[in-house]
Amino acid sequence: MRIAVFATCLVGTVMPRAATATVRLLERLGHTVDLPAGQACCGQMHVNTGYGPEAMGVIRNHVRAFAPVLDGRWDAIVAPSGSCVASARHQQADVARRHGDGPLAHTAEQVAARTYELSELLVDVLGVTDVGAWFPHTVTYHPTCHSMRLLRVGDRPGLLLGAVEGLELRELGEAEQCCGFGGTFALKNAETSAAMVADKADEIVATGAEVVTAGDWSCLLNIAGALDRRRTGVRAAHLAEILASTRDEPWQGAAL
Amino acid sequence: MSTYLGMPTVRPHPDTPPAAPLRWGPSFPQAARQTLRDEQLRANLRTATRTIRDKRRRVTAELGDWEQLRDAGAAIKADVMSRLPELLIELEANVTARGGVVHWARDAAEANAIVTGIVRAAGAREVVKVKSMATQEIGLNDALAAVGVDAVETDLAERIVQLAGDMPSHILVPAIHRNRAEIQEIFAHRMGDAPPGLSDEPRALAMAARAHLRARFLRAEVAISGANLAIAETGTVAVVESEGNGRMCLTLPRVLVTAMGIEKVLPTFADLEVFLQLLPRSSTGERMNPYTSMWTGVTPGDGPSEFHLVLLDNGRTRALADELGRQALHCIRCSACLNVCPVYEHTGGHAYGSVYPGPIGAILTPQLLGLGDEGGPFGAHDPTGSLPFASTLCGACYEACPVKIDIPSALIHLRERALHPDGGHPPTATDLAMGAAARVLASGRLLRLAGRAAALVGRVTGGRPIHRLPWPGSLWTRVRDVPGLPRRSLSAWWRDRGSR
Ligand code: SF4
Repeated sequence: MRIAVFATCLVGTVMPRAATATVRLLERLGHTVDLPAGQACCGQMHVNTGYGPEAMGVIRNHVRAFAPVLDGRWDAIVAPSGSCVASARHQQADVARRHGDGPLAHTAEQVAARTYELSELLVDVLGVTDVGAWFPHTVTYHPTCHSMRLLRVGDRPGLLLGAVEGLELRELGEAEQCCGFGGTFALKNAETSAAMVADKADEIVATGAEVVTAGDWSCLLNIAGALDRRRTGVRAAHLAEILASTRDEPWQGAAL
Repeated sequence: MSTYLGMPTVRPHPDTPPAAPLRWGPSFPQAARQTLRDEQLRANLRTATRTIRDKRRRVTAELGDWEQLRDAGAAIKADVMSRLPELLIELEANVTARGGVVHWARDAAEANAIVTGIVRAAGAREVVKVKSMATQEIGLNDALAAVGVDAVETDLAERIVQLAGDMPSHILVPAIHRNRAEIQEIFAHRMGDAPPGLSDEPRALAMAARAHLRARFLRAEVAISGANLAIAETGTVAVVESEGNGRMCLTLPRVLVTAMGIEKVLPTFADLEVFLQLLPRSSTGERMNPYTSMWTGVTPGDGPSEFHLVLLDNGRTRALADELGRQALHCIRCSACLNVCPVYEHTGGHAYGSVYPGPIGAILTPQLLGLGDEGGPFGAHDPTGSLPFASTLCGACYEACPVKIDIPSALIHLRERALHPDGGHPPTATDLAMGAAARVLASGRLLRLAGRAAALVGRVTGGRPIHRLPWPGSLWTRVRDVPGLPRRSLSAWWRDRGSR
């Protein structure tokens, strides 16, 4: 398959290791991967913060960058982020329509129909659960809210992690509780967000896992930031990083 | 924290009784800063919300058609909103035909004037009350007190809140912020007829409240209630409750006054089938609530001989005008969204500064008051305007809501309204920053540059975590590090590896 990677604005600038892992993983599985140059952001941060009108340009750019999928340039688009895929699938067209751009809404819908979150692409489209990864660590998985409630990825990440050689999965208590990130919520309601992520960090530490993983670096940034501050020693890895890790090219954390 | 000086030590929450029950206090972030410090409150909330959350999950999972029931509830409510005027007129006609009197109140002042007028005409100095959000919302008890009438709340938790001088902090369990030691103290000092040596054993407290309330039930001439729903087709009004206090109020006194938000009307008696399943399972996590009282006008020789129904608008038609926001009017006040909300669980209800806390409060309060439009509050920094931002948009509320109110989408919509008020406003620093960000995020080229800049910082800092940032980054770094930045940008990595 020819697959376009939508890195997302956050991963593209501050956490590229999730994007490079996605590229390496898909190539290892025998696919041709592209990283379209025009891509930037899905518009979610602006839409969710109440800047819908301002988000229009962002959405337009996203749809333009990935519209070639409709002409067959790629077979699918994948993003290492549940919430960005949810935004493409459930928000972009709505916002475009509300702000009077019907044609954009239409194209956005078609592009979104070919856009998948990583675990969806692997399990549903490519039909694999064992990607041949090796990750000799204890791991706990935090189901991010948008992956869980908007995309309903369900047990897909669990199936993928379960097939990783050497990986021991530890169940996370109160797993479905939000980590308190919420985009600009973390700044606008800093104290509440801090109290929420403190609870999440407690639950993660209680599992005794060495690594916490999730399908979104945005939530992981919040969680890892709190774990680092407390010197817990628990490290964060995106699901893509774990699945990309092999005996030949093992996970190296922050290295790029 | 209380100090013991031999005097009543329980202080009311909030400190001074608010003049406007629908909106008091500072913005949500400021109010939350206070409530988050209350460890006792946080512990109470954590235990209480988790217990009720698990109960609800169990009893909703056991119904095979729960999702269909939710769909039916949502569909009936959407139908009601699309023809609210005609349903209300039908309700009025049927209540009137059965001997009831219907009053229409545009706002809190009109509703309070109508109810106090009825109570005074009946010559009562004391009335008994069934727990009701509508009468909380309009501050009816204060209005009655102003004309010398003592309104006695008869729901146990509501009575605790009333005696303490508190505002409620939860829709269903308004005293969720009080523990039993505090309740003992409130009863001992404020009830007037508490038995000497009252202990803080739950049973002792319940028996004291029971004796206290029973005396008032038996002498009451007038009762005031809200309504969980009313049937247009028959003129029937219903109250759903657990303690039996409602049944006493609705049957013993001579005069009954019910104040009801206009959105509570349902078209037909058959609709009860849906809502009497959805409500108890979602609110208390019970298959069926202990008491469901229904009455239709007056019945000679049976129950009150005088019945008044006050139909309250108080901002509801304003909310109805908003195509997306009007979903808030579908709410059946079950409180499931509060119990699953991680923000509510941490801040408690008082941070929302409204009788309607939690996720539903965050979308209902601003709409009842008006948001970003004339007469209403202005912008996201107004206390009311801060409510739609009091959410991470995690979606737990939407998942739990028995009538499928898409609270996250409504929140986003109200955020947009708060930030783009009618007639515009001078841009704030945040507006300017978000505008600039939008330009970068709308361009692959500019974002690549941002990525290279991040990598430059990554090289300078050696890819180490960042512990402190200047404001507004300090809001982040106060409790979290910024994980180390990459030493190489994504675009550089992609370019250097060449296309394969
Ligand atoms: S919004 Fe839904 S969940 Fe929340 S109180 Fe209303 S009906 Fe219940």
